[in-house]
Amino acid sequence: MDRAATAEKIAALIEPFNKKGVAIEDGSSFAGDLEFDSLTVMDFVAAIEDEFDIIISMNQQAEIETYGQLVDAVVKLRG
Amino acid sequence: MAMGDLFDKFQPIIDLRAGLLATGAEDPFSLVMERVLSPTQAVCNGRETILLGTYNYMGMTFDPDVIEAGKQALDDFGAGTTGSRVLNGTYAGHKAVEEALKDFYAMDHAMVFSTGYQANLGIISTVAGKGDYIVLDIDSHASIWDGCKLGDAEVVPFKHNDIEAMEKRLKRIPEGAGKLVILEGVYSMLGDIAPLKEMIRVAKENGAMVLVDEAHSMGFIGPNGRGVAEDQGCLDDVDFVIGTFSKSVGTVGGFCVSNHPKFEILRLVCRPYVFTASLPPSVVATACTSIRKLMHAGNKRAHLWENSRVLHKGLKDQGFQLGTDTPQSAIIAVIMPDLERGAAMWEALLKEGLYVNLARPPATPAGMTLLRCSLCAEHTAEQVQAIIGMFERAGKKVGII
Repeated sequence: MDRAATAEKIAALIEPFNKKGVAIEDGSSFAGDLEFDSLTVMDFVAAIEDEFDIIISMNQQAEIETYGQLVDAVVKLRG
Repeated sequence: MAMGDLFDKFQPIIDLRAGLLATGAEDPFSLVMERVLSPTQAVCNGRETILLGTYNYMGMTFDPDVIEAGKQALDDFGAGTTGSRVLNGTYAGHKAVEEALKDFYAMDHAMVFSTGYQANLGIISTVAGKGDYIVLDIDSHASIWDGCKLGDAEVVPFKHNDIEAMEKRLKRIPEGAGKLVILEGVYSMLGDIAPLKEMIRVAKENGAMVLVDEAHSMGFIGPNGRGVAEDQGCLDDVDFVIGTFSKSVGTVGGFCVSNHPKFEILRLVCRPYVFTASLPPSVVATACTSIRKLMHAGNKRAHLWENSRVLHKGLKDQGFQLGTDTPQSAIIAVIMPDLERGAAMWEALLKEGLYVNLARPPATPAGMTLLRCSLCAEHTAEQVQAIIGMFERAGKKVGII
């Protein structure tokens, strides 16, 4: 799966959590733009992990603030 | 505008608190117990109050043998040790309480810390280090999270009590990495228990070591009061049991018991054990006496369970929403619609003469506001009925039922 396909899949997974219908760009931040609270983050990370069969540890999550960073991290974790 | 400083990050909670107090509510987080009359009664903010929010599950705080042991140790060994367990802070009493724990759990090793918080902090951060993986329940206690952070391991949470979610994560861990699964017997916010038998089986199948925090089950769950793992017949598969003296034991302190053959080395490498003063002699003496008495407390256990069943049914019958469908522990959590009405209900109960714990995010799961009731083996049947009446009156006054 290339970056574009991964990005598309992640965007689809964000949708159910995107309550305000914010437009998603690489620079969109989860805490600021999407207003994810800690409970939403947990459910969302679990959905990403299950979709791509990866682990995104809390340590790694701390480095991921934006959609673009998440896409890059997933691409890297998928190897 | 004045320049901000490092306290700016606390502004939201300062505002939330000010807003709550501006409504004229008594501050739920500044209660003072002026006199303590018994394990179940105290004078709080000038009122005689039934205590239903302590962790004094077995009512050991005023046990005459326990108090006598503490007084004797104070006379014989002084007020404190002024030293670390590994230097000048291990007295005969510290060894005696570790022996009592080994007997209580029928395990080979016991290590006593100065608090339960430090026991989790110390064992977790020392056992799981950089490059290792910790797989833990998302509703774990703050001391568990802090232990994870201190140790630098990769931290992987899973949905509360979800065996499948835990298994998936264990299977995704890179081959060869060290794995620690962390579970609790009783989760203290809602008072629900974990399906430890299944979870531990899955953890072991995937090559993980298992740590179970049994802080809220010691003394009354399981045939010998060893906790939920004993009750479910899987204690032998637990690598580390974490516990505390500040609940059923009735004083303060924390511990880890284990059968691991190399366990004793932890005394030299565990920083929260080494770099802090040991418990005072009077505290370990009271803990030791209390633990040995808890081995023979079958009648008290039975009465505590009876209390839990009666209160759970009484509150459910009145229409309160509870954290569990059935009574699973000595904690019964009453779910409040929001923080405002939760605080109003808490205050109405206090005016009725009842103290419960008000719990709110981030301590609670799913953003809930809870009134947490924790029962004691010393609550009489009459007190439990009185408590149900107080809840009814307060609930109607605040408009929750």
